[in-house]
Amino acid sequence: MTAETPRKSPFVRELLGRSDYAIIGEIVEARTKVLDLGCGEGELLAWLTANKEVESRGVEISGAKVARAIARGVSVHQSDIDEGLADYPNQAFDYVILSQTLQETRHPRQVLREMVRVGRRVIVAFPNFGHWRVRLAMLFSGRAPRTKLFPYEWYDSPNIHFLTVQDFEELAAAEGLLVERRYFLAGHRKILALPNLLAETAVFLVSGK
Amino acid sequence: MIVEAHTVRFDSLPLDSGALLTPVEVAYESYGRLNADKSNAILVLHAFTGDAHAAGISHETGKPGWWDNMIGPGKAFDTNQYFVLCSNVLGGCRGTTGPSSIDPATGSPYAMSFPVITIGDMVRLQKMLVDHLGIPKLLAVAGGSMGGMQALEWAVSYPDRVVAAIPIACTTRHSAQQIAFNEVGRQAIMADPDWRDGNYYGGQPPARGLAVARMVGHITYMSDDSMREKFGRRLSDKENFSFGFDVDFEVESYLRYRGTQFVNRFDANSYLYITKALDYFDLTAGHQTLNAAMEAASARFLVISFSSDWLYPSYQSQEIVRALRSRNCDVAYVELQANYGHDSFLVDVGEQTTLVRGFLASTFEKIA
Repeated sequence: MTAETPRKSPFVRELLGRSDYAIIGEIVEARTKVLDLGCGEGELLAWLTANKEVESRGVEISGAKVARAIARGVSVHQSDIDEGLADYPNQAFDYVILSQTLQETRHPRQVLREMVRVGRRVIVAFPNFGHWRVRLAMLFSGRAPRTKLFPYEWYDSPNIHFLTVQDFEELAAAEGLLVERRYFLAGHRKILALPNLLAETAVFLVSGK
Repeated sequence: MIVEAHTVRFDSLPLDSGALLTPVEVAYESYGRLNADKSNAILVLHAFTGDAHAAGISHETGKPGWWDNMIGPGKAFDTNQYFVLCSNVLGGCRGTTGPSSIDPATGSPYAMSFPVITIGDMVRLQKMLVDHLGIPKLLAVAGGSMGGMQALEWAVSYPDRVVAAIPIACTTRHSAQQIAFNEVGRQAIMADPDWRDGNYYGGQPPARGLAVARMVGHITYMSDDSMREKFGRRLSDKENFSFGFDVDFEVESYLRYRGTQFVNRFDANSYLYITKALDYFDLTAGHQTLNAAMEAASARFLVISFSSDWLYPSYQSQEIVRALRSRNCDVAYVELQANYGHDSFLVDVGEQTTLVRGFLASTFEKIA
């Protein structure tokens, strides 16, 4: 497993089959302490441990996924993200990662606050509900939008809080967070202009003040 | 794999109660080979009525060990890689000094003059054994139920002697419900006229009392689901009710069988002493909070609980995990879905195997 993430290219390669992971893999500095929320089977943490020598921890709600993560040697703890952070001391981690999960949490604002409390830096990756395809799907179908990014029927969707790039910027500002870096992706292409309209996925690196 | 038990004798063991036990013997078995730098030793800790025979086929009895499905070549505790050690606990009746042992001062069994012991005392004796074997640091301490409590005690009392701890289906202290079940068992034994204040050695043991204690225990180790699956309301070798008080239901027959079997291999006074040690165990004792109590622990942890375990419910494991996380310790936790109640850690070991194997491998890698 190696990730090549060229810095200047407008294209991002995949890491473990995902372009947001490639960005995260690039952001996280070596030999740091990382907490991944909703870490699934621990793929990203295992990669970061092997390639960046990070000290890794994960939180995941699915017992089956936790079991597979532990089996691959990652210290994962079965818990709900909405409640799972309360036990950690302040600033316990260098990075707290929340990838493609913010829109699934019950109290996203509270989760974000907790992430900033336990981590010096927070990496949030989420699908952009402001993407033009989502807007068009809604406009023309008159139904809850179903796109490549949001493939679920409204009644089956794990997504309960839809947000756009602009929404996140505003929440970060309202929470007094410092956005250190922002990355916008459409497929493997980096989006340099009009991210709220053109980005499929956004990755933010933020910190508390 | 044919295995043999060994016994080591120590001159004395200081106890938490202030008493001194002189001398003390400890029975143990080992599987696999200790590597050159002595870094691959794992101490497996048995539950309440277990013994040192954790794996392989006993040279003496021809029976497999109590965790034979977890320990052996290619198994969770892979004896091709690790040196696995298991000893009978202090107060037991399977080779280690306990109430049925001879008191050198009187030449007869200790019986109830045996000093009251604690989980801390059991672990202190295990540490003497580990020292005796020249093992500077254990790769892991692991066990379920009372074995898990010992693993916790190890991690807190001898943090520089353990790299990792695997407490399974256990707690940092017994709840009222857990103490209550133990008390029922103790009262069943002590109410048996054959108990004779513990002085039954050489005569008729309190077999009926001990069997009832075991029956109660067995119920708490299973789950409503597993009992329904295993017995339901099926009748035992009959078509109709007997309209009497002989065995009607299969579950009755099973419990009676388990009860009488138990009497052949377990000492009633050991039952009293060990359940008391379980009830006294409280990792928080002497500290403001559990978090403070676990301050000393520096091991990497894998905590496992089982969904159907109502004797040691998941919330008790989660308390351990929460305390460890509050100190930012390296802890992995999962509640496994299993139907067998508290017994799951002994019988439903499929997922547990994968977890333990991966956890041990990554731990071993870290220290290499």
